[in-house]
Amino acid sequence: MLKTSPAIKAITLGGYIFLYAPILILIIYSFNESRLVTVWSGFSFKWYVELFQDKVLLKAAGTSLIIAFATATGATILGTFSAYALTGYRSKRGGAFFNILIRAPMVLPEVIMGVSLLLLFVALENAIGFPSGRGMFTIWIAHMTLTFAYATLIIMARLQEMDRSLVLAARDLGARAHTIFFRITLPLIAPALISAWLLTFTLSFDDLVITSFTSGPDSTTLPMLVYSSVRMGVSPKINALATLMIGTVTLMAIAFCIILNRLERKKLQ
Amino acid sequence: MSARIKQWLFSGSTWILGIPYAWLLAFLIVPFLIILKLSFSEMALSLPPYLPLVTIQDFVVTLHVNLNNYQTLFLDPFYVSAYWNSLKIAFFSTLGCLLIGYPMAYCIARANPTYRSLLLMLVILPSWTSFLLRVYAWMGILQETGYLNQLLLALNIVDTPVKFLYTDFAIYLGIIYAYLPFMVLPIYVSISKIDWSLLKAAADLGARPWTAFWRITVPLTYTGILTGSLLVFIPVVGEFVIPDLLGGSGTHMIGRVLWQEFFNNRDWPLSAAIATLMLILLLLPIYIFTRVEKNNAGTN
Repeated sequence: MLKTSPAIKAITLGGYIFLYAPILILIIYSFNESRLVTVWSGFSFKWYVELFQDKVLLKAAGTSLIIAFATATGATILGTFSAYALTGYRSKRGGAFFNILIRAPMVLPEVIMGVSLLLLFVALENAIGFPSGRGMFTIWIAHMTLTFAYATLIIMARLQEMDRSLVLAARDLGARAHTIFFRITLPLIAPALISAWLLTFTLSFDDLVITSFTSGPDSTTLPMLVYSSVRMGVSPKINALATLMIGTVTLMAIAFCIILNRLERKKLQ
Repeated sequence: MSARIKQWLFSGSTWILGIPYAWLLAFLIVPFLIILKLSFSEMALSLPPYLPLVTIQDFVVTLHVNLNNYQTLFLDPFYVSAYWNSLKIAFFSTLGCLLIGYPMAYCIARANPTYRSLLLMLVILPSWTSFLLRVYAWMGILQETGYLNQLLLALNIVDTPVKFLYTDFAIYLGIIYAYLPFMVLPIYVSISKIDWSLLKAAADLGARPWTAFWRITVPLTYTGILTGSLLVFIPVVGEFVIPDLLGGSGTHMIGRVLWQEFFNNRDWPLSAAIATLMLILLLLPIYIFTRVEKNNAGTN
């Protein structure tokens, strides 16, 4: 039997400590009473209380939630379209170029996307007067462009492993294309749609760089606010905010895993 | 309208591919053409802050092509070193991610199936939480009064606090930390596809584990290594948040320089030229990435 050497196990353990130690420290010190983040002086919830009294911060969080919700929904729909097109009509002309285009946003440096989208919006405004100024709408367009590639790839993976014979059987029995889509394909790819929605939601909610380029004076998002505060140095309030965000994501991930497990088990029965 | 055009126009498949395609053309390709155009413009104190490329006056069409932006980028040592630094930092941090990420992916792929998905989930989970806040976490650790210095002082390893924050070391640490999951995942996928009987056969035939690793495991996981490396290298070249929060004022990375030219100096044409040149440098790696990624998707 081949064994994994202890050295490899040690590096792996070190890797996990490296990934989680900063997050744990961040969480522990969010309950620190002192204003000095790095000196422990006692347990307290006071930074959480202050967090919820900060009106500017709450407004920014609201803006971010709205944009992330709209982005996730739009990107999942657009991603379903392109995943459907890529798995079904792969040999079509233009397919090769589309295959490059759809993957480019995953690696493209965000500053390039941000600056080029802003210049597009400015040029459009000069030419046709729309969109007038920058705000949540332009951020939404930018986030859609950034995230729907991820949605496409997640949904495409699921479509490829789907049992084609079900679709063919339905077609033989006379089902129309949209009936097949809503009654067979959609229920089968539902887990992928949920993953795509959640991933694009977090990507949109977290984005700083593209958002900064495409936002206007009334559309400050949470990451933009956090960034301007963090530049001034560490603050316990940001620790509290980080703890809440990390906690939410972790709970969502656990809930998602449980739901996915149940769905898979149901299918096996 | 001829019947064929009508059929094409009202067919569902046209719209299914057409809408996402049109989206990418409008919001990815057209913006690139606009930055390319703007990179040849001249900066101006107006709104928007640049002069038009083409002017028409009294039936005379004048084309103003300004090459100053590119001249600046190629001749001013400030910008040359920013590009060079970005490529260097991206290269070494990719290497760092690979050195930590490969053993991790290997260990996860070889782990007991009961723990495997949990171990994988633990690698992915941090990348679902805010990038900005994870970089911020290092500021508290690395600053002069931070936790790392407190630990080193308490253990008597150093006498005076070491300057970690605002150095290149902090940038490398932050990048490897933030991008590690993107390296682990593709390599894990590659390793989990390996047929282990090959390695057993190699061992039976007398190959040492190290030889078998280099001659069998590494070549078989080449795609994973390439995908992971490109997923780290390409975005890191244009990284802004990490050099801005963890790096010193002396560290020039091109993403940060672009940001400063755009927001602080409001020199849009120069920023457009910086972005264009960065895109040209990254065109080949991006193309390779999309090819490798497409083949991955095809074989899964």
